[in-house]
Amino acid sequence: MRMSEFIVREAISASLSSGQKEAVIREMVENLRTAGYFKPGEPEDVVKAILKREMLSSTGIGDGVAIPHAKHPSVDRLVGSVAVAPGGIPFDSVDNDPVFVLVMLISPQERPSEHLRALEGVSRCLKDKNFVSSLRKATTPQQIWDLISAHNG
Amino acid sequence: MAESARQTVAVTNPQGFHMRPMQAFVEAAARFAGTVSVMRQGKPAVNGKSMLGLLGLVAEQGTELVIEVTGPNAANELKVLIEVFERNFDD
Repeated sequence: MRMSEFIVREAISASLSSGQKEAVIREMVENLRTAGYFKPGEPEDVVKAILKREMLSSTGIGDGVAIPHAKHPSVDRLVGSVAVAPGGIPFDSVDNDPVFVLVMLISPQERPSEHLRALEGVSRCLKDKNFVSSLRKATTPQQIWDLISAHNG
Repeated sequence: MAESARQTVAVTNPQGFHMRPMQAFVEAAARFAGTVSVMRQGKPAVNGKSMLGLLGLVAEQGTELVIEVTGPNAANELKVLIEVFERNFDD
């Protein structure tokens, strides 16, 4: 699945203002809320679900990338957002390095296939070193969206 | 000559081969000196020591995967990886 099929364009952030893991997750969920997702009360529950998953093992997969995610009934199709943190965020990543690129995925319950196909799309983009380095240099959500929509992943 | 060992495994988890089991797999594979590959029929082999490699598999419940290890201790290392693969991750 191409990233442009599930990333919510209006929820992209090129300059996360939070400096800590939980705050960053909260900010990305808030970006989805302002883009028109979730009913009142749901964002907090989504944040909790993502943090619960992070407690099992960090989704910081190394090389400055994290894929925080959760299943949640508030969405009826898989949605995602992308954020770039130019200053780096401590994320308990596998390589202990800070995270600069975050791809958040919220999946409906009982749709594991969609989740796996989205992860494949994310991996196709993130394997491309030029894509990641361009993403890290992006200064506006529009630039990030242009990179995502131009990529095959 | 480097020893090599391979085994076919089936994904039994209803969530498929998802991120948490992948992370445990990569963590185990990273400790081995030789190469670890994971193959899904009809697709190129991916590096079993790389999360981005495994994320490309899209292995749903019921998918068969071939795990191949090369190196001086391949048979034992394969056994360890199979154990990790078959562990129950229910998130």
